[in-house]
Amino acid sequence: MSLETETPPGLRGFIENAKRAPRRFLDSMFRSGKPVTDRGRSNFVFGNVYLHLHSARTHRWSLRWLTTGGLGIVSLSAFLITLVTGVLLMFYYKPYPEAAYLSIKDIHFIVPTGRFLRNIHRWAANVMVVCVLLHMARVFYTCAYRKPREFNWVIGMLLLATTLGLSFTGYLLPWDQLAYWAITIGANIAQSPREVTDAVNITQHVDPGGFQKLILLGSDEVGEEALIRFYLLHVMILPLILVGLLAVHFWRIRKDGGLARPADADKRLPLPDVKTYPVFTEAPKKTYSLAAIVKGRTAAVGAGPENTVPSMPHLFYGEAAAFMLTVFVCVLLSIFIDAPLKELANPLVPENPAKAPWYFLGLQELVAHSAFAGGILIPGIVIVGLGLIPYLDREKSGTGEWFGGPGGLRLVGWSAVFGLAAVIAIETVAIRFGWIRQWFPEAPQLLITAINPGTVLMAVYGVYSVWLVRRYNSTRAGALGLFTCFLAGFLVLTLIGTYFRGPNWDFFWSPSQWPGH
Amino acid sequence: MTTDPAKPDPKPSRLDPEAMPRRDFLGIAATSLAFGACGFAAIGAARMPKAAVLPSASKKFKVVLPESLPPGEPFFPPGRSVALFREGDRVHAISTVCTHLGCIVKPMTGGFECPCHGSKFKPDGSVQRGPAPKALAWLSVHAAGGGAVMVDEGTPVPPGTKETL
Ligand code: HEM
Ligand code: FES
Repeated sequence: MSLETETPPGLRGFIENAKRAPRRFLDSMFRSGKPVTDRGRSNFVFGNVYLHLHSARTHRWSLRWLTTGGLGIVSLSAFLITLVTGVLLMFYYKPYPEAAYLSIKDIHFIVPTGRFLRNIHRWAANVMVVCVLLHMARVFYTCAYRKPREFNWVIGMLLLATTLGLSFTGYLLPWDQLAYWAITIGANIAQSPREVTDAVNITQHVDPGGFQKLILLGSDEVGEEALIRFYLLHVMILPLILVGLLAVHFWRIRKDGGLARPADADKRLPLPDVKTYPVFTEAPKKTYSLAAIVKGRTAAVGAGPENTVPSMPHLFYGEAAAFMLTVFVCVLLSIFIDAPLKELANPLVPENPAKAPWYFLGLQELVAHSAFAGGILIPGIVIVGLGLIPYLDREKSGTGEWFGGPGGLRLVGWSAVFGLAAVIAIETVAIRFGWIRQWFPEAPQLLITAINPGTVLMAVYGVYSVWLVRRYNSTRAGALGLFTCFLAGFLVLTLIGTYFRGPNWDFFWSPSQWPGH
Repeated sequence: MTTDPAKPDPKPSRLDPEAMPRRDFLGIAATSLAFGACGFAAIGAARMPKAAVLPSASKKFKVVLPESLPPGEPFFPPGRSVALFREGDRVHAISTVCTHLGCIVKPMTGGFECPCHGSKFKPDGSVQRGPAPKALAWLSVHAAGGGAVMVDEGTPVPPGTKETL
């Protein structure tokens, strides 16, 4: 008997209804039944509060792995993994100095599956940072930030900042030596505008640095107040902000017309495989009313949207694959490599070398010359510069195309060579011969803040990209060069900070040469 | 104005703005007040994260310098980030918190050295090399009787300030 036939009254009917209850419950979960027809598949997407962040149909260009690398979804998956494992860690974690350290030790050594979950949390956080950076690079290099997607690029910048904030606040929570000294350094970077206010002697009147440190730590030193603040940021405030921003990010992708694609994408796509289900079998019924609200040049009337396939299942299978890959990688890494835990934090003896999380080590390399320039000035300029890209590059050709089309890759290649050469040259000078302080110990602090390897490198990159803009008569060329240079600089500085700096931040070719201490 | 407000003009000009209906006015006024109140509350609440009183433990401590301390050699009171010096009966204290990013400096021949980014300081705390933007702070010292001194890590004094025991 089908589910829909009337049931007789009385006890027989009751029993019949009871038997059908499970199936009916399942049916009621999905408002429009099984997604078997075209319309059913569409309904399946926009009838579901989570899925309707996607559009019901997806362009085939968006589904090529080469378009996105799936990096956005991998970032999201990593975030979801940290969410689940993080909530589990909260069962045991206690945000109070010493107790925090002991509870992490318990989680690591005693709690069933504790170490595994902690490892996954740590690894997923790292995967997230890497993939968010790569995702940003892919959006940049495919020129996908252009009109109408400028605002989503800005939302993306906020997502990047929130992601880094989450990682950094999480770094303090174990309250071991690594955590304590990384946060001490971080908090003093927040205080470093004093480097300038002290030099011009106005700190008693205007002290933005001191204020920032006070707000961050809730005190003048890293202690219980700082720990509870970082904990609150890490488990509540930043995740909520991230989720809020993600909702806007995904919604805007949909509203901005799906992923960016070249104007001639339709012509360049090969014909779909006969076995895929691309054919639009049911003529749309609502095109006219939609035409009034959907942005775009032409309204598709009487014809189906070309070259799209139903998001259910084509897009969702891809997303599920990216999710599974992320879980697999995180689990694999967690099986083989444990999250670190050093000795209990000791405010009297700095960890030597005291290193921040790896993605900040490039900055730490710059901070080792001037706290303000390396920790605030340069990151600030980079963030503002990145945010401005879509508002300065108003060109149209090459949108959705890797490196903006032919010739782009060569430009990127040469820029990478130039960027690498510049950063290696400047670092070599700094490591080999020292910098202004070593040559002229009496040099005024403002000079040292203004002219150090970081600011010099930035100026060199800036001049290079202005030259590109003039030479190719194109903002896009300048942006391409600058972004590539910064990527090269970030990479080299991070590598040096991670692998070639030892005790006293001295340069060593390998950790085996570190003096015993 | 010459018109009597009680008697509305029988023929208002086409160009006169339409009077806002009373309900709209009340509605808009109430909404703006509500938003205004929320705004004020937000400004007030924003003051909360800045601590009025710093929760850190007292920064004053009392210490007796060992008899055998040679002049020019630093003495490090246990559990504190301070170096104490004695020349004859004159005593002074220098903070060992690096002025760069807050690591604790270590003594070396001819001054101090910071393990974090390699700043070096002369025995009087002034910067010799590295990224530290200013000299190590000199701290207030007072004779506390019986050969003991009271050091206050929270009160910097001008470099060169010494206390006679
Ligand atoms: C938590 C971090 C982030 C998550 C989870 C995330 C997620 C996503 C996802 C799933 C997509 C769909 C396409 C794809 O997978 O590439 C996307 C597209 C996009 N993202 Fe992100 N994203 C994040 C951060 C960023 C950042 C840092 C930027 C740039 C500053 C950015 C800018 C964009 C833009 C402009 C698009 C549209 C690209 C296009 O139309 O081709 N996102 N993001
Ligand atoms: S903290 Fe001392 S040199 Fe950086």
